[in-house]
Amino acid sequence: MDQHNEEHKSGFSESSGSEAVLVSSHAKHANVIIAGLAVLVVVIMFVSLALGRFSIPPDQAVKMILNNIVPINQTWTDQQAALFFNVRLPRVLMALLVGCCLSVAGAAYQGTFQNPLVAPDILGASQGAAFGAAVAILMHFSDWGISINAFCWSLFTVFLVLVISAHARGNHITVVVLAGVMVSSLFSAGVSYAKLVADPNDELAEITYWLMGSVTGASMSGIANVFPIMLVGSIILFVVRWRINILTMGDDEAATMGVNARKIRLLIIIAATLVTAASVCVTGMIGWVGLVIPHLCRMLVGADYRKLIPASMLMGSGFLLLVDDIARLATAQEIPIGILTAFVGAPFFLFLITRKKRA
Amino acid sequence: MSIDVKHVSFSYGKHEVLHDVSFEIPDSTLVNVLGPNGVGKSTLFRCILCLNNTYTGQILVNGKDIRNMSVKERAREISYIPQSHTPVYDYEVIDVVTMATGHELKLLANPGKTQLEHAYEALERVGIEKFAHRTYTQISGGEQQLVLIARALAQNAKTIIMDEPTSALDYGNTVRVLSCVKELAHEGLSIIQSTHNPDQAFLYSGRTLVLSNGRVMAYGDPRDIITSELISKLYHVDVDVQSLYNDKVRVCIPVDQIHD
Repeated sequence: MDQHNEEHKSGFSESSGSEAVLVSSHAKHANVIIAGLAVLVVVIMFVSLALGRFSIPPDQAVKMILNNIVPINQTWTDQQAALFFNVRLPRVLMALLVGCCLSVAGAAYQGTFQNPLVAPDILGASQGAAFGAAVAILMHFSDWGISINAFCWSLFTVFLVLVISAHARGNHITVVVLAGVMVSSLFSAGVSYAKLVADPNDELAEITYWLMGSVTGASMSGIANVFPIMLVGSIILFVVRWRINILTMGDDEAATMGVNARKIRLLIIIAATLVTAASVCVTGMIGWVGLVIPHLCRMLVGADYRKLIPASMLMGSGFLLLVDDIARLATAQEIPIGILTAFVGAPFFLFLITRKKRA
Repeated sequence: MSIDVKHVSFSYGKHEVLHDVSFEIPDSTLVNVLGPNGVGKSTLFRCILCLNNTYTGQILVNGKDIRNMSVKERAREISYIPQSHTPVYDYEVIDVVTMATGHELKLLANPGKTQLEHAYEALERVGIEKFAHRTYTQISGGEQQLVLIARALAQNAKTIIMDEPTSALDYGNTVRVLSCVKELAHEGLSIIQSTHNPDQAFLYSGRTLVLSNGRVMAYGDPRDIITSELISKLYHVDVDVQSLYNDKVRVCIPVDQIHD
């Protein structure tokens, strides 16, 4: 055997490799990048808390947060505190949460469907939510009623896609994605119809604004409602992340390696749908984040999902918060964040599909 | 570990691909499945792996019906090397090999130090440990095939099924991969591989299974099977099988090229 091994080695020895070590320099490198991203997110968060037309210095912001845990001598005005806790903090937290959720769902779906061009709403989560929101707006629900309706319709849409694909013939993955695209377009038509019958004086504007996506209306109570759902979904995706690697090899290969691909995929779809629905139901449609961030992370930490999932969570949070800062500060009137993410996302998408594949 | 295939038939819709296939593979045997394209070699493998589970008949692994085993149990018995394909994402070689250790883990666990060590041992056994941190999609086809063999070894099953492991390789890589496979069979693994090359089936097998139109045409010692008559009949071309080096090698020669 030794002799044979020698032959193999000499046969393939065009590159002189160093001795194999258990933890690769690449894996360490990835860990450093993930730690760096975490620091960056914290920095962006504190800067964002301070930024705004109404100035709240970062040290005051920290003190105000700490004051909730241990009482501190008040060095801020009540007006500052009200603005901080009712407007700025919830908005910053919501941007962080939604960015994290959309990115992690996108990354998980890109692996699960073995397709790098897949976004978290591939199974209709966004269009379903949009339809639910449009109907709720037509029926003059409260803001919170709109969110609940959007959330329910989002889940229902994905459920519909899964039921249809379970009854369809052909390659399982292709069928799921196709069903998702078709059901999406169905609900998209429903949204168009809702716009058609909406009162152009108020309802139409509200629907249109909802579709553009924004974290403006965030409140601490709103966050408290969606946070548990986001947390559960994200934890599931984080825990199964290594198995997404195996899913990308295809169902048959996964099965021969002892992994039931369909079960894991269903778990991932449920988790990713929960976090996506919880996000879009409060913010409206925020595109591109879920598609773009996982790709950026792949370039930084490699394709291994054990690194890719945490990296996507962090970078997604930081990215969406940054974009939201631009959305609220760049011009006198707010730019809906959905428009801005597309401004960044669309050119990057074009870059991706025209980029030459590395040899 | 023995594999016992009993009267297995399989159809895709009305099209019958396998018809009453029966054979038995004893422990540590290198079996070549020989037959033209589309004869049902891959389908047979998919049945043994239980990826096609609607066959009639029975497949026993160590006396246990493969259909009554869980996905994890099957992975502990048989590993599989598919026909070459490129994954969508650029994994490192070591990540690809580690994928096969999932059946050792609880549902929520990630591979730890033990699994990583198994993966490195497997790479060393195939002699490609220096590729551990190369990108799988950027190494050559022959190297990729060796990585997949290492992955199958890391899975630690007693049987490896390989679907045309050398179909996409050049001559040098073919020889390297097949020598490696033969060596592993000497070490006690059972290996079932398909090929459409009779020379290979003779040189690299302990037993040869010949499939024709989904039926077993012959099964046994390659010396009895790789003959002019059988190969000519199997591929519908006139072939003269010549024996070289005291019958260590047999070579197929198309008859119309040697007689003018």
